[in-house]
Amino acid sequence: MKQRTIKTALAATAVLGLAFAGMASAEPVDDTLVIDGVEIVTKAAGAAHLDGALPEAMSGWHFRDTETRAMQADDFDNPGMIYVDRGLDLWNAVDGTEGKSCASCHEGPEAMAGLRAVTPRVDEKTGKVMNIESYVNDCRTTRMGAEAWGDKAVELTDMLALISFQSRGELMNVAIDGAAAPFYEKGKEIYYTRFGQLELSCASCHEDNYGNYIRSDHLSQGQTNGFPVYRLKDAKLTTPQGRFVGCVRDTRAETFKIGSDEFNALELYVASRGNGLAVEGVSVRN
Amino acid sequence: MANDVKPRVKVPKSAKAGEAVVLKTLISHPMESGQRKNSKGEVIPRSIINRFTCDFNGKNVIDVAMDPAISTNPYFEFEAMVNEAGEFKFTWYDDDGSVYEDSKSIEIA
Repeated sequence: MKQRTIKTALAATAVLGLAFAGMASAEPVDDTLVIDGVEIVTKAAGAAHLDGALPEAMSGWHFRDTETRAMQADDFDNPGMIYVDRGLDLWNAVDGTEGKSCASCHEGPEAMAGLRAVTPRVDEKTGKVMNIESYVNDCRTTRMGAEAWGDKAVELTDMLALISFQSRGELMNVAIDGAAAPFYEKGKEIYYTRFGQLELSCASCHEDNYGNYIRSDHLSQGQTNGFPVYRLKDAKLTTPQGRFVGCVRDTRAETFKIGSDEFNALELYVASRGNGLAVEGVSVRN
Repeated sequence: MANDVKPRVKVPKSAKAGEAVVLKTLISHPMESGQRKNSKGEVIPRSIINRFTCDFNGKNVIDVAMDPAISTNPYFEFEAMVNEAGEFKFTWYDDDGSVYEDSKSIEIA
């Protein structure tokens, strides 16, 4: 009996040792993101409205490999910058029955500086949650007389890249009070609801287990400040809601649709969890 | 011609004579391998950039043969010894016969 106890104790020590080693290497990397000599804020105190659910907000950049982080630190190496260039071509391209381009009204894309940091937001006139994608398509249909771009159209992600890039370095400051309050509550409810056969909520991975591994994947906090992201495995840009579809699908659930009320509310809520982190323009992730 | 092909290069503005400088090149291109099928099951024809060259003042620096396994938006980073001021000329050759060019000059500091 005594022998058995010792064996168990040894096994327990071994398991503990392994777990400890695993956890040590799984910590988010302590590093500073500097692009063209400008430091980008990738860590911030957790937003007060979260009541300590996140002691510190951290960009997903801290959870990626050395090579991936380096790729984002140089605009030439960042494959996402290709899409910013393409977005600029689209910005100046006339489309639709009104014979207008984005530039006809807004002049340079610099006019959009700051927008990425405060969206999604509730539109004062319509009372709907608007992100950059919905603003772009609204402009196309109501002012340009052009057709809306599809949810997964490359043109839409190109334009999102261009507009997000104008706000690089600005701190996320998504409003959650006033008209946004009901959407915030709805998004919060979805965030903490378990979906799918695997019964996982957003919080199961991105609040309770960030920094740990889920199989080979290093779980981040699921912050959206870096979006659109260039995902190396897809070799293309992904939008926040495109990412939500992937996440919900991975719980083996039927997903909400891009642009649905549910995902709009969730995007607003998730963005508010990263208030204080800088917009990264176009980020690089695995 | 493949859509949205845009070459980009990064060359330092100046270098010391005899210095090896780092050159970075990137070209946006889908690099369709010819192995994939569309939703109807038809093979999507191969369309890649099959050769990339870099010359400095007419003298070849690098000449790369490219094959279908190379991923979209091919990126090359390499070094070149600079002994004199001059111009780097970069050329990409597409399967469809298109040739994309870019050039950058460098001074001796």
